[in-house]
Amino acid sequence: MASQDTIERKPDAPGRLERLLGPDFYRMLKGLLTNPLSLSGMALLGLFLIVALAAPVLAPPRPNASPYHIPRDGFSPNPKQPGTEWRVRQPPLPFWWKPITHKDHWVHLMGTASGQWDIYYGVIWGTRTAFKVGLIITLSVATLGIFLGSVSAYYGGAVDMVIMRVTDVFMSFPFLLAALTLSAILAPVMGKSLVPPSIALIMFGWMGYARLIRSDILSVKEREYVLAAKVLGATDRRILLKHILPNAIYPTMVVASMDMGSYVLSFAALSFLGVGAEVGYADWGQLISFARDWITNLGQYWFIVIYPGMALVLFVLAWNLVGDALRDILDPRLRGRK
Amino acid sequence: MFNYIMRRLLMIPLLLFGVTVLIFLMLQFLGPTQRSALYVRDIPRNERVLQGVIRKYGLDKPFYVQYWRWLVGVTDEKTGKHEGGILFGQFGYSRTASEPVIDIIKRRFPATFELALWSVLPVILGGVILGVVAAVNHNKFIDQVARVFSILGWSFPTFVFGLLMLMIFYAELRWFPPGRISNWADAVVRSPQFHNYTTMITFDALLNGRLDIFWDAFKHLILPITTLSYLNWALLLRVTRSSMLEVLRQDYITTARAKGLSERRVIFRHALPNALMPVVTIGGMMVVGLLNGVVITETVFNYPGMGKAAADAALNLDVVTVLGLTLFSGTLLIFANLVVDIMYAYIDPRVRLE
Repeated sequence: MASQDTIERKPDAPGRLERLLGPDFYRMLKGLLTNPLSLSGMALLGLFLIVALAAPVLAPPRPNASPYHIPRDGFSPNPKQPGTEWRVRQPPLPFWWKPITHKDHWVHLMGTASGQWDIYYGVIWGTRTAFKVGLIITLSVATLGIFLGSVSAYYGGAVDMVIMRVTDVFMSFPFLLAALTLSAILAPVMGKSLVPPSIALIMFGWMGYARLIRSDILSVKEREYVLAAKVLGATDRRILLKHILPNAIYPTMVVASMDMGSYVLSFAALSFLGVGAEVGYADWGQLISFARDWITNLGQYWFIVIYPGMALVLFVLAWNLVGDALRDILDPRLRGRK
Repeated sequence: MFNYIMRRLLMIPLLLFGVTVLIFLMLQFLGPTQRSALYVRDIPRNERVLQGVIRKYGLDKPFYVQYWRWLVGVTDEKTGKHEGGILFGQFGYSRTASEPVIDIIKRRFPATFELALWSVLPVILGGVILGVVAAVNHNKFIDQVARVFSILGWSFPTFVFGLLMLMIFYAELRWFPPGRISNWADAVVRSPQFHNYTTMITFDALLNGRLDIFWDAFKHLILPITTLSYLNWALLLRVTRSSMLEVLRQDYITTARAKGLSERRVIFRHALPNALMPVVTIGGMMVVGLLNGVVITETVFNYPGMGKAAADAALNLDVVTVLGLTLFSGTLLIFANLVVDIMYAYIDPRVRLE
């Protein structure tokens, strides 16, 4: 009993753009640009990108200070409400402030957290941190996973056995707890910075990619062109890098790009728990963690949670909107269906 | 089925070995001085005493000797006292809590277990029901709402959601406080008249017939349960929905409808049981995740479970404690996964034959 969906439709003749980009990429791009959810996701991402690029204009850093270090207005433990004026060592005024407000005094646009860290500054520069951390972790995780997975799949036998069992061992740990542990171990060794939590997330994040690329390579490995390359006497490395990987890497790359949001989220979680960068680094998770001192007064000090929290939620949401659309587009079971 | 279980069981020692090796490797980042916390309660300040401890427990020996001693412990030749040995549950001493790590686990695990027990039903049932409703109303308004809800939940960091909950229901309304129990109730629980059967407060309160204590403890659980439910629903809804949609397209569903069965019967009798296969896997993983202590949720709500213990220890760089807790969690996870896998093989015969 054939349902309507299985009736083959004649594909339209490919246009010039489609020929240029290749059918898979073209379909992906077209899907992304016609889906309202992914469009709004991409618009959000564009907005964040602008904020990240324009950070020095939106929130100028103090001269001779690291821009990622949030300026603080004194040391008082009590947070200040949004709109309070800067008192101690005010950073330079952004050029757009005076024409808009006609004041020559900089204010805490989003208030301050305990210890007088300026939340607005942290939110703006935290955008850069989020992109940086997300890109680096995702790229490293995917590279590590792809390397181990492809070696495992290509050589098979004992190598495969060992690598897959190691994968199983790494998967035997609860992800966040393991990452928390490793960052707590690395922090005293390497000093508190973005590096220990990133390494921790990479070390316990690669397993999914390794498994995915492995299964994709196993299916590509038996194709005739690989056999042909072997017969021609190509080296293992050449076969793996030139013939197999390009044909198997696609799904893994897509999954990795969709995971960007969740890595930013995990990183923020580690910062929130206090094993992230040093105190005062422009990082959303850490800003939110300041709220933990004020649980009973959260009604009064809502801005410590709301502003950085909103930035984090929207950032992750943007990636997930794009990722969700990508998944639908690339899911072969849904292909050609409305 | 027997073969499958045997194969799966044979993996266990291998995995346990791997887990211990990995934990041991991470311990090697510490110097011998810090590692002496594996065997002694207080790291000696006196240099000579310290060297004595390091020699006694072989903390300067090659790594395989150290690994073995870490596994089985060291017996004092003079006193015959046995110290250390993770196989005997001796995970070392917590520097920050100044007590054996195993005692922390014994005290904190019931709290985590209690939270997990109360969360399982709302998490699984809620997610599945939402998923079915979304799938049955495919592409209608309800489906779109469910979809947005799911993506939102997926994007919401636990700690932001938790803090929002606290802001509304504690800071503003004063309904549900953080922590595990109020002070007055804690005094009752610690009194000799109150019998601690399970060390899980809600159940003990019921067994003691103290409804006021039960309500107090339950009030503390509501926000963590809500947070865990909402965040897990996002994933469960998505899995149930797509699996249900897949099944609803099958020919046997068309057949069932063609036979003139009611829509309710088609969905609950013919579609749902088949659609639940992937849900079982995800649901199983979720339950296991809950059991393992939900680090962030417990931290946000100041709930004294395993996850909170790990977060506190990590914050104070008390590595021996964190690693002990991680070792416990890893072991628990291995066995819990075994149970889930066997259950799954029981439900879905295809798995056994793989």
